[in-house]
Amino acid sequence: MSSAPSHNPSRPLSPHLGIWRWGPHMLVSILHRVTGGALTIAGLALLTWWLMSIAEGPEDYATFASVATSPIGLFVLIGLTWAFFQHFFSGLRHLVMDIGAGFELATNKRMAIATIIGSLIATAALWAYILGVRA
Amino acid sequence: MSLGESATSLGKVRGLGSAGVGGEHWIKERMTSAALIGLSIWFLASILWLPSLDQKTIGEWLRAPTGAVPMALFIILNFIHAVEGTKSWIYDYFHDDGNRFAAHLILVFAAVLGSAFALFALAKIAFGTHP
Repeated sequence: MSSAPSHNPSRPLSPHLGIWRWGPHMLVSILHRVTGGALTIAGLALLTWWLMSIAEGPEDYATFASVATSPIGLFVLIGLTWAFFQHFFSGLRHLVMDIGAGFELATNKRMAIATIIGSLIATAALWAYILGVRA
Repeated sequence: MSLGESATSLGKVRGLGSAGVGGEHWIKERMTSAALIGLSIWFLASILWLPSLDQKTIGEWLRAPTGAVPMALFIILNFIHAVEGTKSWIYDYFHDDGNRFAAHLILVFAAVLGSAFALFALAKIAFGTHP
């Protein structure tokens, strides 16, 4: 009655993405890298283009502004805003963990969830203000 | 006791102590992140508080030392932080020494080029005649 090697849940699992059970801390760790990558490539490219267009004068700036306020431009800007806040809050969590705090399972999970909720609320609040009050 | 080639990766390095390098990268990443907490809040707050986002208003803001100096720091620290962060990707996902060196080279060249353009633009705004 031998079957496939049975999995004994009391034994440790090897660390591989497909085997880990998803949890908030794992999601936040991955998001930290992905948002960091997005901010590096899209964020810094946009910051540089924005500064160059201001330096070149009103006509170049108008080109930048028309792209930035187009539907795709707004999508990218809102996405980068969320990426910034997620990376910001998750970064704060990393700094807390760097001093050796926040490793208790419940605290760690709570902090991870807080970064996700915090980034979504901050992004929604900022863009509600920009599109609702400013525009 | 050394098990030579038969040892696992962990077994080969256990007991050797730290690599002796990498501390600077770790500290640099944290120091720039600490500075960027303040600078990114300054950047967002400034964008929200400027009376208008037209070219003239932004130009005036970046001509004043209170705008130009934090913006210069914001550019420099962002690029350094991005380089340090991307190094973490490279060290984790590029296992071949040659590929790792090539990726490192491309990263640093791109960051130096990008930051030079950003700083040139800022200098032109801050010191130039009003375009």
